Amino acid sequence: MSLADAAVPTAAMPSGSATHAAAPTRVRGAWGRLLRSELRLVFGRRRNIALLVGLACVPLLLGTVLFVTRDSALGGQGPGFISRVTENGLFLVVAALFMCLPFLLPLTTGIASGDAIAGEAQAGTLRYLLAVPVSRARLLGIKALATLAYVACAVLAIAVVAFVVGAVMFGVGDVTLLSGTTVPVADGVLRIAGVAAYVALSLTGLVAVGLFLSTLTEVPVGAMAGTVVVAIVSAVLDTLPQLAVIHPGLLTHHWLDFAEFLRLEVGWGVLGQGLAVQAAWVAVFGALAWSRFTTADVTS
Amino acid sequence: MATTLPARQTPHATGRAGSAEPVHRADVAVDAASGMLTGVDLAVRTAGLTKRFRSGQVAVDGIDLEVPRGSVYGFLGPNGSGKTTTIRMLLGLVGPTDGRAWLLGEPMPDAAARVLPRVGVLVEGPAFQPYLSGAANLARLDAADATADPRTSRRRTGDALERVGLAAAARKPYRQYSLGMKQRLGLAAALLRPRDLLVLDEPTNGLDPQGTREVRHLVRELADAGTTVLVSSHLLTEIEQVCSHIGIMSRGRLLAQGERSVLTDARPARVVVTTTVADADRAAAVLGSLGLVDVVRDGAVLEAALGTPPETVSAALVGAGVPLLGLEVRRPSLEQLFVTLTGEGFDVAR
Repeated sequence: MSLADAAVPTAAMPSGSATHAAAPTRVRGAWGRLLRSELRLVFGRRRNIALLVGLACVPLLLGTVLFVTRDSALGGQGPGFISRVTENGLFLVVAALFMCLPFLLPLTTGIASGDAIAGEAQAGTLRYLLAVPVSRARLLGIKALATLAYVACAVLAIAVVAFVVGAVMFGVGDVTLLSGTTVPVADGVLRIAGVAAYVALSLTGLVAVGLFLSTLTEVPVGAMAGTVVVAIVSAVLDTLPQLAVIHPGLLTHHWLDFAEFLRLEVGWGVLGQGLAVQAAWVAVFGALAWSRFTTADVTS
Repeated sequence: MATTLPARQTPHATGRAGSAEPVHRADVAVDAASGMLTGVDLAVRTAGLTKRFRSGQVAVDGIDLEVPRGSVYGFLGPNGSGKTTTIRMLLGLVGPTDGRAWLLGEPMPDAAARVLPRVGVLVEGPAFQPYLSGAANLARLDAADATADPRTSRRRTGDALERVGLAAAARKPYRQYSLGMKQRLGLAAALLRPRDLLVLDEPTNGLDPQGTREVRHLVRELADAGTTVLVSSHLLTEIEQVCSHIGIMSRGRLLAQGERSVLTDARPARVVVTTTVADADRAAAVLGSLGLVDVVRDGAVLEAALGTPPETVSAALVGAGVPLLGLEVRRPSLEQLFVTLTGEGFDVAR
């Protein structure tokens, strides 16, 4: 290491000559500065970018498969919205989100939220951030915002790529709704945007769960896996009729309600219920994460 | 050195330590008492600070740390003696089970937002984002500081890197740094802005002898500029030379603290007289007549506890016609002090 020979330059910077300096004052825009730094960290990380690229490939692959098979006997088959894609490219957005929702999006959410605190703890950078100092509540808030931004970006990546691929391969026209009514293309695009927004908001509860798990451990993979397990268990419980009584409160129960946007009369009440459940999960697990993180000993 | 120390000094020393009355420098104690209750004249103060982990292990057992402003305080003790847990409590990372702590006269952790921007820290080794460069890592820490001026961020990170000799590697990813470079980046982070207090936990870990010398140089330079430095180490000799004050921890207890010279002078010095083998008996008799005790003879070399001024010893020996080939006064080293206090070698893990 050639640097070992480097002499320490003297007086390169003003040193701590003020022995009784007044308490430093807060600079305006400090929140924004840290948030920008956090976003750069999250979106600059190669793993996170690769994940976004992977998600963006889903509509590309799906579109290609449907395009190649559209004139064969298999054309027009498939669950839900997939059969409609060849008629109208806009439906590729819905179909791609529908395919990613059970596993890929929870996985993405788990990775981003599970890493938030536990990743810093594992790297040891958490103690240095807190000693800067960053208040724990503020750090948790910044981490939550950056995670939400990343998850929103993941949904957006799927939706935008699906929109482009759908438009190029199948064209975009007036949208035939679930009830059979046709609405103009501008209305259709708005409805599809509503679907994407609802899907993104549906993941906020899971973000809160992931953040909470992330405050419990110094092993980010554990928090990530735990978050995915929560989503899967919720989906499994949702299929058991014996547990019907708890279904409305389950994290994943309302996830597929985005279909409301494809009805002639959008069921705002149903959508509101879904968002209310997410808000409840955010409130409970956000509070748990806060109480845990603001009191825990940082020994990492 | 440690093994040659007369064993019977140990009961005396442990008795002293066991009396739960650490060696205090009087004027510091007065400062603490006459100042406000928060100890405004002390850069770091703790009162009965205790940490009991959930496992039941008492990592820190009621210590009263007193680090005067402007001092370089060597916080010494073997690995696992509770130094790092103490430092973590000072910084508000770990909550004490009992007792209180003040940094720069303000209570911790309540005043963390006001105090910690004035405190540079290196805790238990450097830790940074592996994928970011050294400069980007410092920029991130600076962005996290709500009281740092973003307009001067670039200049300050550059200066800090320059100061620790990392300017040439500023753009390299952190994970490609050697251990010594990582340690330097940790020091650079502590120097991101002018500080009133530096808390450096094992700052020489992983550094080569040249790097260790540079850290000592840096600490002395900062102290000369008025910064208080609390520096912990399990390697006594590495920081002994720069410390004005010493605190010795073992098994969670603060066994002694105070001004370094006062601490070491409190121990009896020994005089070593070299003469010829033929005259050794006569020399021993002279030493005995001076009232020196604990005389040990080894051939032509005599050793005794120094109870009188050394010039009296040499005058008496010469006066008695003993050929005086050498006379040395051995002040007890910190290491000896440590061994007598703890009854164990310095580098013993818990």
